[in-house]
Amino acid sequence: MPRLQTAADLEKLRTEILAARDPAKSCIAVCAGAACDGMDSAAVAAAFVAEAGKLGDKIEVRPTGCHGYCEKGPNVVVTPGDICYFEVQPTDVPEIIAATLQGEVVERLVYKDPNTGAKAVHMHEVPFYKHQMRLLIGDNPKIDPMRIDDYLAVGGYAALVKALTEMTPEQVLDEVKKANLRGRGGGGFPAGSKWETTRNAPEKTKYVIVNGHEGESAAFMDRAMLTGNPHKVLEGLIIGAYAIGAQKGFMYTRHDMPLLEKHVRQALAQAKEYGLLGKNILGSGFDFECELHFDVGIFVSGESSALMRSIEGNPPEPRPKYIRTSVSGIWDKPSNLNNVETWANVPQIITRGAEWFTSIGSEKSKGTKLISLSGNVVNSGVVEVPMGTPLRTLVFDIGGGVRDGKTLKAIHFGGAMGGSIPADLIDAPLDFDGMSKLGAPIGAGGLLLMDEDTDMVEVARYLMDFLTQESCGKCVPCREGMQQMLHILTRLTEGEGKAGDLERLEDLVEVTGAASLCALGKTSGDPLKSMFRYFKPEYEARISDQAAGGSAAK
Amino acid sequence: MSEIVLTIDDQEVKATAGMTVLQAAQQAGITIPTLCHHEKLEAFGGCRLCMVEVESRGWTSYVVSCLYPVAKDIVVRTRSEKVDKIRKVLVEELMAHAPDSPELVKLAEEYGADRNRFEREASFCIVCGLCVRYCNEVKQKNAVGFIDNGPLREIRFIPEVAARECWDCQECFALCPTSYAQAAYLLTEALAFPGQRKTAAPAAKTPARAARVIPIMPVPVTT
Repeated sequence: MPRLQTAADLEKLRTEILAARDPAKSCIAVCAGAACDGMDSAAVAAAFVAEAGKLGDKIEVRPTGCHGYCEKGPNVVVTPGDICYFEVQPTDVPEIIAATLQGEVVERLVYKDPNTGAKAVHMHEVPFYKHQMRLLIGDNPKIDPMRIDDYLAVGGYAALVKALTEMTPEQVLDEVKKANLRGRGGGGFPAGSKWETTRNAPEKTKYVIVNGHEGESAAFMDRAMLTGNPHKVLEGLIIGAYAIGAQKGFMYTRHDMPLLEKHVRQALAQAKEYGLLGKNILGSGFDFECELHFDVGIFVSGESSALMRSIEGNPPEPRPKYIRTSVSGIWDKPSNLNNVETWANVPQIITRGAEWFTSIGSEKSKGTKLISLSGNVVNSGVVEVPMGTPLRTLVFDIGGGVRDGKTLKAIHFGGAMGGSIPADLIDAPLDFDGMSKLGAPIGAGGLLLMDEDTDMVEVARYLMDFLTQESCGKCVPCREGMQQMLHILTRLTEGEGKAGDLERLEDLVEVTGAASLCALGKTSGDPLKSMFRYFKPEYEARISDQAAGGSAAK
Repeated sequence: MSEIVLTIDDQEVKATAGMTVLQAAQQAGITIPTLCHHEKLEAFGGCRLCMVEVESRGWTSYVVSCLYPVAKDIVVRTRSEKVDKIRKVLVEELMAHAPDSPELVKLAEEYGADRNRFEREASFCIVCGLCVRYCNEVKQKNAVGFIDNGPLREIRFIPEVAARECWDCQECFALCPTSYAQAAYLLTEALAFPGQRKTAAPAAKTPARAARVIPIMPVPVTT
């Protein structure tokens, strides 16, 4: 494939790709996302390829990224019509192929409501999908992540063309600022302001970074995004680099996901081949390179300054300096870091405009949010809803409620540094500021449901155990404070609570939060804070049980 | 160098741009406690004891003074209820490792820390990193380094380098607030290269804490 020289070349190529495709031709999309892959969707895909191969060119089989409905994998979607088949096994393949050829549906493999028995055939009828707004992840079933042409076929890189040919870097920046795009990695900091800081920093050499580390426990939406549609993230990054004036980008992601690595490598190689990376992109005069980097296996390497140390080739210890990384980051150059999902939002803001973007969401949190739904929920998976959606919709309409007919006890948001709120706050809207005030900040978007049997002391102990192991160990409050909190929580769960334990915990939460060097330590006590706010009697019981000489309730 | 005026503990203090709050305070004779700080080494920001309260443009925040740069018109308080509480708990956490460290005992008295408040930890190293950073930045030998992360982080002498370099130096022993560096070295020697140390005359000790160093006599080794 020769390098595309101009924007017109790209549009011409897109027309050719679309012209070569017959929209009426059946296509079977087999999910190869992490969960489906775990259920051997590869065998299902292989069976489809073998079976369809016998028919010549009648049916196309496409391995894709995560569709979202992990609970019911392996997922298969047949187009046209978006017919959804769930829990598909290789033995089901001949039947699906035969039905597809006839324009029929395999009834036994479509969604069946567990309560009413009502069936749903098409994606927009399935309750799990019906209540979502899938602006970011909706393209996943249409794209083979190994083929840039699939991304171009759904309008990919049109935003880049628009930015490079119709907009100045300032205009791009303005659009993102007007859209009030807030960072999806946990902080909710306005991306536009961050970009502007890096843009205005005096150093000429600037970097942009995709943080695809996603170490937060119970969070798995970024890998679904980046593995399933790497070009969307890359396109956002290139546009951001153009607005900021960066010449080089880094994709920093997980070392332990072979499929993710394969897809991102391929995406970078194809973008380079097509001339979407490199010198003079589409004849605009803008040069940009992007390099792939892997984490070093601990959670704190996803902290922005630690991540940058890691890219420099140093141990991933957070930088203790009081200068923002957007001014002085990698090799002391201004470095703008955003999370996978934040970058993925950029193309649509450019194509459809800030006004459209701000029409979605709540007053201060705009756009949609990817949520990883897990825990004691009926439907676990990757979900995308507009900001401001009530948690009830997420938990019951999409999530299908609590497993095994149990009652909801608590909702935990934000992983190991998040917080738990009681079930009676279920009508709270999904909103950066609102959830923070409740003590369960959205974080990166991991939503964990806990049923009536959940031991809230054990939850805190479990999360603390995770964080303690992931600390880098550089600063005292994080290394020692978390270790001591873990000792106390472990004792409480083992029925060995002592008088003064709760006061000790409160002091540790306060000091670790105030004195730690980076966000890992600073927020490590947040789950406990929420526990003390909403579930303190459970903790007190562990102490009084011990004082009374009884063993702690399990 | 432009002069910057800031307030530390109700006292007007002059500093130059690029200085840290800790340096400015020290220059003005105001004491801020530190453990991991050493003037010959790059600021580390690990022990967090030098944390102070800073008021800037109406915002109060808690920062480590060894790294926080001086700025015009900021108001620094080196003691406050919150600052004292932070230091008290940090000292209590460290005393779980080294309850008898003279420096910690002194800090515990000052801040009312209870040496028995938290569960005792096995190692008496407080991971201040003075030995590691001194060996790296001043001696440039890297005979001792950090290994592992989180609560498992510890210092470790690298036998190949230590066998060659340490006997004639030993300067880090004097910097160690808990004598752990010395113990770690001797353990390394006993396990990895008994009897193979170079036995030149011990180098001059660093004066600051030399009084606390236990002199090591060459021990005959039987094989």
